Amino acid sequence: MHLAADPWVWVAAILTLFIFTFLYKDNPLYKFAEHLLVGVSAGYYLAIYWHNGVKPNIIDHLGQGQLIYLIPLILGLMFFTIFIPKTSYMIRWPIAFLLGAGSGLSIPATFQANIAEQIKGTMLQPLSFYYSNAALINAIILFVGVLTVLTYFFFSKEHKGALYTTARIGIIFLMIGFGASFGYTVMARVSLLIGRLQFLLGNWLGIIPSW
Amino acid sequence: MKIIRILSTLDRRIIFLLVGLGILIPLLKPLGIPENITPPVRDVYQFIDTLPPGSAILLSVDYDASVLPEVHPMFLSILRHAMLRKVKVIGIALNPAGVGLGVQAFDRISKEFGKKYGEDYVYLGFKPNMAATMLGLGEEIHKVFPTDYYGIPLDSLPMMKEIHSYRDIALVISFSGANIPALWVSYAYSRYGQKVAAGVTAVMAADYYPFLQTGQFIGMLGGMKGAAEYEDLVNRLLQKKGYRKPMPFAIKGMDSITVVHLLIILFIILGNLGYFLQKKEVK
Repeated sequence: MHLAADPWVWVAAILTLFIFTFLYKDNPLYKFAEHLLVGVSAGYYLAIYWHNGVKPNIIDHLGQGQLIYLIPLILGLMFFTIFIPKTSYMIRWPIAFLLGAGSGLSIPATFQANIAEQIKGTMLQPLSFYYSNAALINAIILFVGVLTVLTYFFFSKEHKGALYTTARIGIIFLMIGFGASFGYTVMARVSLLIGRLQFLLGNWLGIIPSW
Repeated sequence: MKIIRILSTLDRRIIFLLVGLGILIPLLKPLGIPENITPPVRDVYQFIDTLPPGSAILLSVDYDASVLPEVHPMFLSILRHAMLRKVKVIGIALNPAGVGLGVQAFDRISKEFGKKYGEDYVYLGFKPNMAATMLGLGEEIHKVFPTDYYGIPLDSLPMMKEIHSYRDIALVISFSGANIPALWVSYAYSRYGQKVAAGVTAVMAADYYPFLQTGQFIGMLGGMKGAAEYEDLVNRLLQKKGYRKPMPFAIKGMDSITVVHLLIILFIILGNLGYFLQKKEVK
């Protein structure tokens, strides 16, 4: 066991322990660490967006006499009009610009990636039968799963008879999906705790090899 | 029956303590559970492993310290693999809080393999507006990032003289705990046909399996399990090539995860037993 000599490792370790005290109950040490994180994050984000966004994309260009960049600057400043009740209506203009540009950019791309390609992937194609029996079984399960889950969310007709049975099968697929997501979530949360314990035992206390 | 009822109404702090011990003990005394390599991880490994030396890949640091234990080991292992295979690496960060993690990883791994900045790897840093950045990289990287993270003009870096857009990049790997890999699919794969892979947290992995099935991702590393599998593959390769094996953090972490998962399964069974027993008593 050899304790870390770096004071920043000590700061990180002590703040980690402050956060862990919440496992017992809410307390001032936890609150201090939480508020410190919020404050530091706000400052960090402000600095990084200034140096990587505002300065190179607006200030530097204006400094070179490229006055066209006044347009995005003015549009950006209009966001602050929300603080003045008389001029707050002006915030709609940059929002309208963002919505228009954002939708134009994302709608075709999202449709292609999340709808067209996914429908193609769900279809039973000759290739599904070609690779192996396992691939064929997977393709059939996927096909049945998508259809039955879609049926479950079909509310225009009362779920009776064949529609009821299909919707029930859809629920089973949904539950399996939720179970898989829950299992993965447990793994993710445990992984975060493992990371912190590896840091405390390794980088701070030197009991295990450091991270 | 009484004991099941007591266990099913355990104070949550006792459960926290048991979970803590379940993690702590395997970290101190590793169990050495072997890794079973899954196809999505093997696909990423084989893709990088079969790239001709001198090819370029782009690693996007789209994560921050909040998901470091899951995603950082993936990033380190893939970086090690690429540098070992003499594949050129371009690093960018689309998560502002991940910029420093990228610097740290490139510094550490480049030293392990004696790689030169600007010739074998470059780090371009953070750029706001993900969609615009992803689309811009498909047109001209030098326009999106006129300088690298350190302020050096891209045109002056030898490696970047031949790399201008996705056409010169064999693979993009997005490391993330959010929806950024899906944006890479939307803007880089769908628009430019760029091959994309992902290293994601376990929470996000379930959402990304549909992209694997359709071939929109060439492969995927999901959570600490995915990180451990890749770590295992790279460590085997390092050993074969006579390098010293790095500390397998994700592999060690998987021992703890196995123990904790068994504990949680036990808690779920006990909780359900208690529930049904109470229901029976009420009747």
